[in-house]
Amino acid sequence: MSSSVTMPEPASFGRRLKRFMADRPLIPLIILLIILVAILQVLRPGIVNERWIANTAKFAIPLAILAGCQTMTMLTGGIDLSVGTVATMSAFIMATQIVNQNPTVAFILAMLPAVLIGLVNGIGVGVFRVHPLIMTLGTSLIGTGFLQVYQRTVIASGASIPDFLNWLGTGLTYGFPNALFLFVPVAALIVFTLNRTGFGRLLYAVGDNERAARLSGVRYWQVITALYVISGLLAGITGLLYIGLIKAPSLSLAEPLVLPSVAAAVIGGTSIFGGRGGYMGTIVGALILTVLTTLLTILQMPEGGRRILFGFIVLFVTAAYLRIIEDR
Amino acid sequence: MMRFLRRQGWVAGLLALLVFLFVVTRLIQPGYGSGDFGSLARAVLPYAFAVAAQTIVVIAGGIDLSVAAMMALTSVTAASMMNGASEEYAFFVVPFVLAMGLVLGALNGILIAVTRVPDIVVTLATLFVLQGAALLVLDAPGGAAAEWLKASVVGTMPIPGLADWADAWVPKALVLLVVCLFVIWIPLRSSRLGLSIYAIGSDELAAFRSGVPVARIRIVAYALSGLFAAFGGLSLTISTGIGAPIPGPYLLASVAAVVLGGVALGGGKGGLLGPIIAVFVLRLVRTDLTLLAIDPNVTAIIEGAIMVVVVMFGAFIIIRGRPAGATP
Repeated sequence: MSSSVTMPEPASFGRRLKRFMADRPLIPLIILLIILVAILQVLRPGIVNERWIANTAKFAIPLAILAGCQTMTMLTGGIDLSVGTVATMSAFIMATQIVNQNPTVAFILAMLPAVLIGLVNGIGVGVFRVHPLIMTLGTSLIGTGFLQVYQRTVIASGASIPDFLNWLGTGLTYGFPNALFLFVPVAALIVFTLNRTGFGRLLYAVGDNERAARLSGVRYWQVITALYVISGLLAGITGLLYIGLIKAPSLSLAEPLVLPSVAAAVIGGTSIFGGRGGYMGTIVGALILTVLTTLLTILQMPEGGRRILFGFIVLFVTAAYLRIIEDR
Repeated sequence: MMRFLRRQGWVAGLLALLVFLFVVTRLIQPGYGSGDFGSLARAVLPYAFAVAAQTIVVIAGGIDLSVAAMMALTSVTAASMMNGASEEYAFFVVPFVLAMGLVLGALNGILIAVTRVPDIVVTLATLFVLQGAALLVLDAPGGAAAEWLKASVVGTMPIPGLADWADAWVPKALVLLVVCLFVIWIPLRSSRLGLSIYAIGSDELAAFRSGVPVARIRIVAYALSGLFAAFGGLSLTISTGIGAPIPGPYLLASVAAVVLGGVALGGGKGGLLGPIIAVFVLRLVRTDLTLLAIDPNVTAIIEGAIMVVVVMFGAFIIIRGRPAGATP
């Protein structure tokens, strides 16, 4: 008789599945990734080989780093839509400055706008409390304006891609893409920062309950400013990597990565409302999106259809995660 | 009288600013006359509709990030439907596109009401979707507009009984704008529906407890926003003669004008007149910069910076109005 009181009611399968998804989001994500690869293999037998994997990794890495920017900003309840412009600016400045400057100077010049835009974003969001979406959209418009003015001044000097970035972007070492030399430390640093350092905990704290964080002595604006500067820096580095991969400097180089980077972080289980998520899921999310893009290319889906799909993915996944949290 | 001034103080101040800017324009360019005013009105047209779309949603306590994408989609739809079609066919195209805006806007509202995902995420997702749909309709700028539609925004409106010199200051574009906006806005404002929109924006819970069907009113607000955005898209097609699938800078501009126009981003306050005057102010600043022979790209930077500062200022006022330590 009393056993029914003390024993918890056996949860239904659906509930257990939901709880499982909420506790270990990585496992269903990896399963989804494997399913996608399997579909690809069925549609084009023999496509999945060593070269394809290296190629997928090459394209997934810039996306994953940008999605890292989104993950960290989303943990605080924000978003950074300026990453595309920042990456483009760094790439374009690097490619044009390397012609007349030595690499170190060119690198510093390329990272300068990244840090500046990050700083302005951080001050706008942290001090003036502008909604991050509006703020980063605004700075990205201003950044694009600056880039257009800058392009006029360097139109005569031409552009070139430094050998080092070429090597980093497209080279292979023992079948592994060289971009991993950059990505593995960056990813390790992000994961370490989020899980093991005070700064990482502050990000979760601010996103989970800003008021509580503030009352326990967190300097909100300092955390947010540092966060957006880091996000800008990462986006700038991604730009350098991406120019080595694409090899054609243009004024809209990294723009197509912005929407997928948001989608990758959302798919990876990071809550767009803040406080929940992590970088490992985002990496898998970036891989899923890259494989999905290959799949859609094979199915000859036009760019417009892809964007529609990404939009629905963001909406559906957010709604699903919301249900999972409400159920608990 | 004092009460009127206090209530309309912000709008009156904006109007004074606008007059001041006109004086400045005359000083810079003594020849600035009715013809230039006509082209200003034409340039304002799409912005004004974008701002109207944003205003109604902001008053209802939300935000619509899909405004610019909605305008792009409706613009390309109209342009591709009118391409190669007869003049009379446009009589069918206009209501069709407006209905499309209304339905897609309502869909935004329904998604927010049903999924309970915050408006900012839902409209971000629909921003992706509408952008993708616009690319599917036309993958490059193209299409056409009916001649009588194009003629409807060029030139001046002959008004009987008005002297020619005064008539020259009444461009058709301005008349069109005023008619389209206020035919919808004035009946709405004095109706129960309009009151409900203000009510849910000012305090959703209180509105719900007073018997306002919150979900339904929100859907209506988004539907009207979609309708205004469709007007904006049509005006884009009409004034350029083609449709472009890439959204213009209307999202940030609409938010900036809403803030500058005295509509609180929290909702429940303000009207349509302020934001519309604010659009004229922002456009006139651009005209002045152009007249001062400043590089158009630099103008874009200055304009972007003004909009970001305005939004920052608006957000700053919101924090000042709150008790210390409260979350936004």
